[in-house]
Amino acid sequence: MPKLQSAAALEDYRAQVLSARDPARPSIAVCAGAACGGLDSAAVAAAFSTAIEKQAAAAKLDFRVTGCHGFCNKGPNVIVGPGDICYFEVKPEDAAEIVACTLKGEVIERLVYQHPVTGEKAVHMSEVPFYKHQMRILIGDIPKIDPMRITDYLAVGGYSALAKALSKMTPVEVLDEVKKANLRGRGGGGFPAGLKWETTRNAPEKTKYVIVNGHEGESAAFMDRAMLTGNPHKVLEGLIIGAYAIGAQQGYIYTRHDSPQMALHIQAALAQAADYGLLGKNILGSGFDFTVELHYDVGIFVSGESSALMRSIEGHAPEPRPKYIRTSVSGIWDKPSNLNNVETWANVPEIINRGADWFTSIGSEKSKGTKLVSLSGHVANSGVIEVPMGMPLRTIVFDIGGGVPGGKAPKAIHFGGAMGGSIPISLIDAPLDFDGMAKLGAPIGAGGLLVMDEDTDMVEVARYLLDFLVKESCGKCVPCREGMYQMLKILTNIKEGRGRKFDLERLADLTEVTSLGSLCALGKTSSDPLKSMLRYFKDEYEARIAAGAAAGGLAT
Amino acid sequence: MTDLVLQIDGKDVSVPAGTTVLQAARQAGIPIPTLCHHEQLEDYGGCRLCMVEVESRGRKNHVVSCLYPVEKGLVVRTRTETVDKIRRVIIEELMAHAPDAPELKRLAEEYGADRNRFEKESSFCVLCGLCVRYCAEVKQKHAVGFIENGPKREISFIPEIAAKECWDCQECFAICPTSYAQAAYFLTEALAFPGRRKAGATSA
Amino acid sequence: MSEQIIEGNVGIEGNGAIDGIIEKYRGKPGALIHALTEIQHANRWLPRDVMQRVADALEVPFSQAMQIASFYKTFSLTPKGRHEVHVCTGMTCHLRGAAKLQEKVEELTGLKLGETDAESRFTFEAGSCLGSCSIGPELIVDGKHHGRMTPEKVADVLKRYE
Repeated sequence: MPKLQSAAALEDYRAQVLSARDPARPSIAVCAGAACGGLDSAAVAAAFSTAIEKQAAAAKLDFRVTGCHGFCNKGPNVIVGPGDICYFEVKPEDAAEIVACTLKGEVIERLVYQHPVTGEKAVHMSEVPFYKHQMRILIGDIPKIDPMRITDYLAVGGYSALAKALSKMTPVEVLDEVKKANLRGRGGGGFPAGLKWETTRNAPEKTKYVIVNGHEGESAAFMDRAMLTGNPHKVLEGLIIGAYAIGAQQGYIYTRHDSPQMALHIQAALAQAADYGLLGKNILGSGFDFTVELHYDVGIFVSGESSALMRSIEGHAPEPRPKYIRTSVSGIWDKPSNLNNVETWANVPEIINRGADWFTSIGSEKSKGTKLVSLSGHVANSGVIEVPMGMPLRTIVFDIGGGVPGGKAPKAIHFGGAMGGSIPISLIDAPLDFDGMAKLGAPIGAGGLLVMDEDTDMVEVARYLLDFLVKESCGKCVPCREGMYQMLKILTNIKEGRGRKFDLERLADLTEVTSLGSLCALGKTSSDPLKSMLRYFKDEYEARIAAGAAAGGLAT
Repeated sequence: MTDLVLQIDGKDVSVPAGTTVLQAARQAGIPIPTLCHHEQLEDYGGCRLCMVEVESRGRKNHVVSCLYPVEKGLVVRTRTETVDKIRRVIIEELMAHAPDAPELKRLAEEYGADRNRFEKESSFCVLCGLCVRYCAEVKQKHAVGFIENGPKREISFIPEIAAKECWDCQECFAICPTSYAQAAYFLTEALAFPGRRKAGATSA
Repeated sequence: MSEQIIEGNVGIEGNGAIDGIIEKYRGKPGALIHALTEIQHANRWLPRDVMQRVADALEVPFSQAMQIASFYKTFSLTPKGRHEVHVCTGMTCHLRGAAKLQEKVEELTGLKLGETDAESRFTFEAGSCLGSCSIGPELIVDGKHHGRMTPEKVADVLKRYE
């Protein structure tokens, strides 16, 4: 494959790819995402390969194994085209029948979605309640793409934004568009990406770096992995555009060591992009040089913190640095380094292609665009969803999520994993956004939304989260290392009936000092879940302490 | 390097750019407590005792003065209700490990800290890192290092190096605020190289 | 705190693979984590004598190598069993009863988290949020997911691994 030397060459090649494809041709896409993989989608995919061969169907339909379709608890998922017919809980034994029916244009009734209460069936994706309310700009292409084939990404318009940026826009124009769009960081910080890019661009050093934070350590968040495994090129395209705007020559993708399939897909994407001249020297003949390296974490949560991550890339232990030295000015090897989350980068191509005005037309006043949410917990429908910012949580939990199964009532919703917070179900009409949710004490973090039912023990939730963080603390500073440890001890005592009256006062002091005194975001936000518990569920804590004392636990 | 003027506890202080708030305060005779700070070592920012309130461009913040660089027009307050509370709780947390350390006892009295506030775990080490950093930066022997993370973190003497270097040096023993470094060395010696505390020695 | 010198059992692939990795990164202190990761992957643990050789070759203090190896939980300073049993301890799995799964594995194997049994059959570890929350709680053995687990099913799963 000779390298594409210009934007025009890319469009010619794309036209060639498209002319070889017939949109009316039937297709079968098997999901090999994390959950479907865990439900043995590999056996389903193998059964399809066999069936297609047996029925001599290879020339009559397109078959591909893709990344995450999103409806994780109903897997193994299969989507049949044209028309996006969704089949759920597909078994290997179903493959032959699906192939035969797809060739005839028939639908298999027993495999389509059926509402658990009304019994109503939905055949096409646009009719299935889980999908109907979503706005799948980032993840909508995933079922159409085999991540090992760059041509699939080109067929859906991939790299057209990069071509536009390099051939028709200056770096400053690209930067201004991203600033105008008010794209805010999707990893948890919510900081305007355009401003961060600008700081890095304006830093005096000539050598600059850009980084994809694909660490995704937040518990119950799995959408970044779905994005990187299902459509790594979209993230890569955003990164290259960003590097062009910032003036960076080298990029790093930092991700987890424990997902071999994701690693394989990213490696393939990097290699193929380089082959096509979309990465490396003189990209698309523009004179812009840029290369990317893949780095893996070594299994600790704190290495998702941006300054710690940069120390890890340097080969050191991931000890965070105080934020007086901004990493956009002095980061990896003291060079200006712009770090953004996977989802933040993935938004860039669409902003360049469709414009900042399009982006700002979606979402709420200060939170623009869509948000990927990992919906899980005590909820009927769970998986990776994409919704416009500003959507009421009620819509997400009930219309998309299908509410709590088993006839139980929901009690609380938790956002942000170990660094977030819980809100009671009475606040379910709050909109999904950065600032409003932060004010309520449940900042959306990376977007992991956990539904908790009426039997959930809110003392245990706080204790569990602190237990997790204590194991992940680097141990350098006293307020985090010691503060969290003492909070954990007190909560364990309360949970086990040994709570004492002055515990709440000690917890209040500890949460205050740990928040103010810790070196990095891990320590600073470690007490946020507990703070939200004391704000909304204090009576549960007081009752637990009183019950323990009454049952003969330690007196005050 | 030009000098700039900042205000600490109402007093105007003039120092070169690049000075830390801690250095500026010390120069002006204003005391700020520290534990992990040492003149010969790079500032660490681990104990957080030196935290102060700073105000710059209308924004207030709490920062560690040992690392925070001075700015023109910065307003620093070394004692406020919040700053004192942060210090008090840090002292209480450390006294859970080393309740009898002289420096901690002195600070406890000054800040009204209760040595029994938190459940004890008498490991005696407050993980200030002075021994580790001194051996790495000043002596450049790396005979003692940190292992593990979080509350499980501890200092660890490397027997092969300690056997050759420590007996003739012992400098980290004097700077350890809790005398734990000394104890850790002796325990290491007893278990890993008894009777061989320096190169060529056949007895203690 | 005290360091006892453990004689290294250099492990599955023998010295060759490890030598190769050390040579590849000789003189590159910044590659410490890469080197240790590759050796961990090839050998399944990091013997002390190997750690010493890595520190010498990469020109880093031994204490720094030990700090890295003990800090990051994917490194193992003790030999691992033939099969790695992970219970996912992520938040969703926890809400769905992962603690009971953990208790059951402890009961059946006699191992607490982080431990390996005397016959080197199983190493039991926690894994935090492996990304398949929708099918939690999960047991993952040698990379294979066993989703929607209950304590009753654990014995059957473990039986399949010798």
